[in-house]
Amino acid sequence: MPLFFSWFAVVVILVTGVGLLIVRDWRWSIILLAIQYFGMFILTLQHWPLGMASVKVVAGWMSAAILGMTRSGLPSQDFDEGSIWPRGRLFRLFAAGVTLLIVAATTPSVDTIMADAGFAVTGGALLLIGMGLLHLGITSHILRVVIGLMTVLSGFEILYSAVEGSVLVAALLATINMGLALVGSYLLIAENAQEVEPL
Amino acid sequence: MNAPTIWIIFPLLIALPLLLVNNQRMLSVLGGTIGVLLAVAAEFIPIELAMSVGGLSFKIESSISILGRVLTIQPTEGPLLALIYGAVALWFFGAEASKTAARLVPIGFMITALMIASIAVEPFLYAALFIEMAILLAIPLLTSIDSPPSKGVIRFLIYQTLAMPFILLAGWLLGGVEASPGDLALAAQSASMLGLGFAFLMAIFPLYNWVPMLSEEVPPYIVGFLLWILPTITIIFGAGFLDRYSWLRSSPQLAVALRLAGLVMVVTSGLFAAFQRHLARIMAYGAIAETGFSILALSLDLRLGIPILFLLIPARALGLAVWSLSVTVIKEQVETMRFSATRGVVRILPFAGAGMIIAALSTSAFPLLAGFPARLALWQSLARDSLSSALWMGVGIVGLLTGTFRSLAVISMAEEYTGWKPRESMAQRIMLGLGVIGLFIMGVFPQSIQYFLSGLPLMFEHLGR
Repeated sequence: MPLFFSWFAVVVILVTGVGLLIVRDWRWSIILLAIQYFGMFILTLQHWPLGMASVKVVAGWMSAAILGMTRSGLPSQDFDEGSIWPRGRLFRLFAAGVTLLIVAATTPSVDTIMADAGFAVTGGALLLIGMGLLHLGITSHILRVVIGLMTVLSGFEILYSAVEGSVLVAALLATINMGLALVGSYLLIAENAQEVEPL
Repeated sequence: MNAPTIWIIFPLLIALPLLLVNNQRMLSVLGGTIGVLLAVAAEFIPIELAMSVGGLSFKIESSISILGRVLTIQPTEGPLLALIYGAVALWFFGAEASKTAARLVPIGFMITALMIASIAVEPFLYAALFIEMAILLAIPLLTSIDSPPSKGVIRFLIYQTLAMPFILLAGWLLGGVEASPGDLALAAQSASMLGLGFAFLMAIFPLYNWVPMLSEEVPPYIVGFLLWILPTITIIFGAGFLDRYSWLRSSPQLAVALRLAGLVMVVTSGLFAAFQRHLARIMAYGAIAETGFSILALSLDLRLGIPILFLLIPARALGLAVWSLSVTVIKEQVETMRFSATRGVVRILPFAGAGMIIAALSTSAFPLLAGFPARLALWQSLARDSLSSALWMGVGIVGLLTGTFRSLAVISMAEEYTGWKPRESMAQRIMLGLGVIGLFIMGVFPQSIQYFLSGLPLMFEHLGR
């Protein structure tokens, strides 16, 4: 796989990662999550064969679909973070910029530890982990929390694919991804139980 | 037939039809009986040994292969399985009294099976994946679909999920350290990763804030079950790391780090419990202290520490079961679990009140109770290594005792001339009564459980010998 595709995937991940932080419409969040999984798929292809890498993107898209379908059945409202969370888009962009700087600074050393996985692979993975953690740090909304966790796990899965090629691990990680989406759906329905009940 | 099918796959499968049963009593009895049968089978049926029953010869294999990897239950792990399923049976028998059987029994079986799979999987560092699955299954156990999830549940999900990547990466890095033992930087990185992973997984200070939150918001019996099974199996998994990597086992820095982490957990939870004014949160701090004691046991010379670690397990299971059942029963009868709302509650809930106090005393190392022998051995061994550490452990225990006596004062602070009008059901009285008797028996006759515990260290190749 040419290096160009890897860096293209990193750009896709950067755009989706920042996008997930600043969008307020849940539909955009689900779309960006699905695109993010495509970027993850390209980076995973650097170390895994097509068949196994496809498991990641299929599981990711199924997870996004589970979350999207659940959210679409709930009363329409955008993310409301409450007053204690920093809500400004400018603040989130700034935080994303700081994360990007940290990722750029740490990528070479992490790449050395991770058996020279490749700068693009390591950078993309760290970017996802950083953006996911940032997401988890500034939100309490269930859908956002689940997306944040899935983002962190995506980054980890890219890094881990560089050092581990077990079919069992791929299967278990895919199961965990979908399990996380199902748990997210369960919690979303539970959160809106009172609103949904009259319907 | 093989061991993983009996003790992992069968409980997973049996949980599915149990999900459809609505009768609390039937679920509780069925789940408890299956748990007892699995425990008895684990204790008495040998693995990898040909047996002949009525002319029929058979052997239980220790392994099963799944997707190129292996689940193995070693013959030496039989007593551990017996202990786990025995304790699970205890929790399930008590589930009817706590009115949580509908969720606890089926999902509890799945969680237990996955946690055992985490000990059985080879390579063992894949255990983190099974633990994560168990965490995901715990969410429907913790929150009902009819009510909004609490903050504690969300925090539990986040913290426990973040543990998995750290442990998997640490496992891979540890392999590298084994290949090049002289690489100190790599050793430090892998140890840090491992430490972070276990800090998230075992809710080590300061990452335990979800524990009291959860105990306040979720039925205490369910929280108690999770606070028993997750840390117990996780610490055995953690001991597995020490068993496999000699450089980790012999590292003096690791012993210091474990001691510090254990002491901070015991001291902070003791102090928080001492100043707490919420009965369920005091129980949560007791559970955190229990984890602290287990970590302290691992910081000792492992020939002493491992037997103490295993001695802590049954006391923790029974103590938490009685404590959480008592708190659940009290919660049914009062508006909130705050001190202000639970004054004099012992007059209407004498069994629950006594159960809560005796279980709390057991956790606080009160003599003649189940927790005492293990804590005494731990304290003695710790004092031999470092008097200041033993003193700090004492501070934590004093904090826990203070919280217990404050609780006792509050629940017995009834209006004058208030009569005794017990409101517990017969099932609750029987379960709490038996639990309290068990706590006394384990405290007065600690050798009574030695039969089950003596073989446990054999599951490790290097530890505890």
